[in-house]
Amino acid sequence: MSTISSTVPALAAALALGFATPAAAVEIGQIKVVKGQVSIERNGQAYPGNVGMRVETSDILRTGSDGSVGVTMKDDSLLSAGPNSVLSLDRYDFDPVTNNGHFDAQLKKGSLAVISGRIAKQAPDAMTIRTPSAILGVRGTEFVVNASD
Amino acid sequence: MPVTSARGLFGRWPALGALATLLAACSTGTVVLLPEKNGGDTSLVVKQGDREVLLAEPYAAARQTPFGPRAYHASPEEVAQLFGAALAAQPMRPMQFTLYFVEGKDELTDESKQIVEGVFAAISSRPVPDVLVIGHTDTVGTDQVNDALSRQRAETVRAALIDHGIAPEAISVVGRGKRDPMVLTGEGVSEPRNRRVEIIVR
Repeated sequence: MSTISSTVPALAAALALGFATPAAAVEIGQIKVVKGQVSIERNGQAYPGNVGMRVETSDILRTGSDGSVGVTMKDDSLLSAGPNSVLSLDRYDFDPVTNNGHFDAQLKKGSLAVISGRIAKQAPDAMTIRTPSAILGVRGTEFVVNASD
Repeated sequence: MPVTSARGLFGRWPALGALATLLAACSTGTVVLLPEKNGGDTSLVVKQGDREVLLAEPYAAARQTPFGPRAYHASPEEVAQLFGAALAAQPMRPMQFTLYFVEGKDELTDESKQIVEGVFAAISSRPVPDVLVIGHTDTVGTDQVNDALSRQRAETVRAALIDHGIAPEAISVVGRGKRDPMVLTGEGVSEPRNRRVEIIVR
């Protein structure tokens, strides 16, 4: 009885604060296009990348030799990677009320096409793309970048 | 010993180890700025170590070299060859619609009721649509009132989309109050063009 009486208020508080679903991590974008082999590495585990799948901060997208993947982010940035690419979504925060945010992604290898969105439009340099050899400060809007190791 | 391990080799000739380190630090890459579809301003800063290059016109490009980024002018053919697959996987561009409201209410103007059909068409043309509904107000009233009204306008549109069979989980709403007017006005100005909801179909 004492267990229940102490658990129930805690649960109610958690629900009230919106903590009831720890599995629902913050979604930052959605996979819109998949061709060939595509996987997402999340918390050390690899999942097949499918159209409609939501992406989260720290996800690493990988494409095979026949693969490519296109993602639309919450701020309308569009990212698409060609074959043999590794793209890490290192940091993403976006407030749709103010359009303020930060977006840092890393192309570890392969090729990437980008159309920047509201984050870069709101504040120049709020979005960066890194490669093993360079850092791109994105002021807008459309560009391509590749990296070979 | 038929095979010399890399470590053994570099151990014997340290300069080779240094060269390998240098080559690793010089992994290559190319960046090309593309034309902006809507003709707007576009630019990109490419930093390599303590050097940087500004790309500010279509097809301005930079290649990373051991001596820093080297600016050059790329051709559309080069872009197609190196980036064709990445560009082909680009998601459909988000489409934006604007609906206008009757003053102080969450009711659409008659003209805007017509636009709604186009919104449904855009949503149903996409394999996995997600929709952002952004409410705005004019500058009549306090922030508090306008934040609530803008949100209410967005919720009205969301409800209409759900009524037409769009999945509720595909629609998010946000109220931006009077922060982002279509037409700049002073405080307390009734402006029909600012009483609006933007719908972004992604």
